[in-house]
Amino acid sequence: MRMGPDLLVTLQGDLDDRAVEQIEQEITDQVARTSARAVLVDVSGLAVLDSFVARVLARLVSMVRLLGADATLVGISPAVAITLVELGVSLRHVNTALNAEQGMVRLRRLRDGEASRWTSHDDHG
Amino acid sequence: MTITVDPAPSGDLVRTVVVVTGESDLLDVRSALRTAAEQVRLRLTATTKLVTAGSELARNILRYATGGQGTVTIEVSTTGAGRGVRAVFADQGPGIADLEEVMRDGFSSGGSLGIGLPGSRRLVDEFTIDSAPGRGTTVVISQWDR
Repeated sequence: MRMGPDLLVTLQGDLDDRAVEQIEQEITDQVARTSARAVLVDVSGLAVLDSFVARVLARLVSMVRLLGADATLVGISPAVAITLVELGVSLRHVNTALNAEQGMVRLRRLRDGEASRWTSHDDHG
Repeated sequence: MTITVDPAPSGDLVRTVVVVTGESDLLDVRSALRTAAEQVRLRLTATTKLVTAGSELARNILRYATGGQGTVTIEVSTTGAGRGVRAVFADQGPGIADLEEVMRDGFSSGGSLGIGLPGSRRLVDEFTIDSAPGRGTTVVISQWDR
């Protein structure tokens, strides 16, 4: 059985609303095409993370999950975190990690947890 | 997407006007706000909040104003009480009948999260809104170095 790859997507610069939605579409397509198991979306290079961008990212995470992969947002800076909280954007249902490295650790832990659950299932079956 | 920079003779007040007519102007508004914030050396968090609030308010113009048109006028102040950025978001749109309602968290008439106006207010030091049906909407925000 071939496991799909991990995707690392880096968002850079100042993106208008249309560009954000295009990227959402591209990532979703890419996950489906490559059977990716995990997606890390690095937002540290984004000029602005406002309510629209946050909403699209949350939607992206939900869609990726429906495609059977785990998505994690990484690279939210302290200034952006404070801004999002005061703005009223919670990103409550979105996995986040400090940076890409931490994000990978988190994804591996999730995957290992899943693998051991399957193993114990097999033992009983 | 016209940007006019009009340096005052005294040199202590620079005004930038961004004419908002389409989605790409959102980027001009953000970048003009960032430039202004850098000019008066706002801290990173204050700058991030200002640019984010401006992005929400400019998007409101695109979504709700007649024809998605309006202007954003940005001024920096480097004299007097302190250093700061002031931005005026004006449109000739339909206006808002119940200001109290739209300033409440969770209210939205445009299918968004309804955090634009109350959320923006929390991000800046000063926030005033003036609107009436048929008269358009003007929002003024300021961010100061402190």
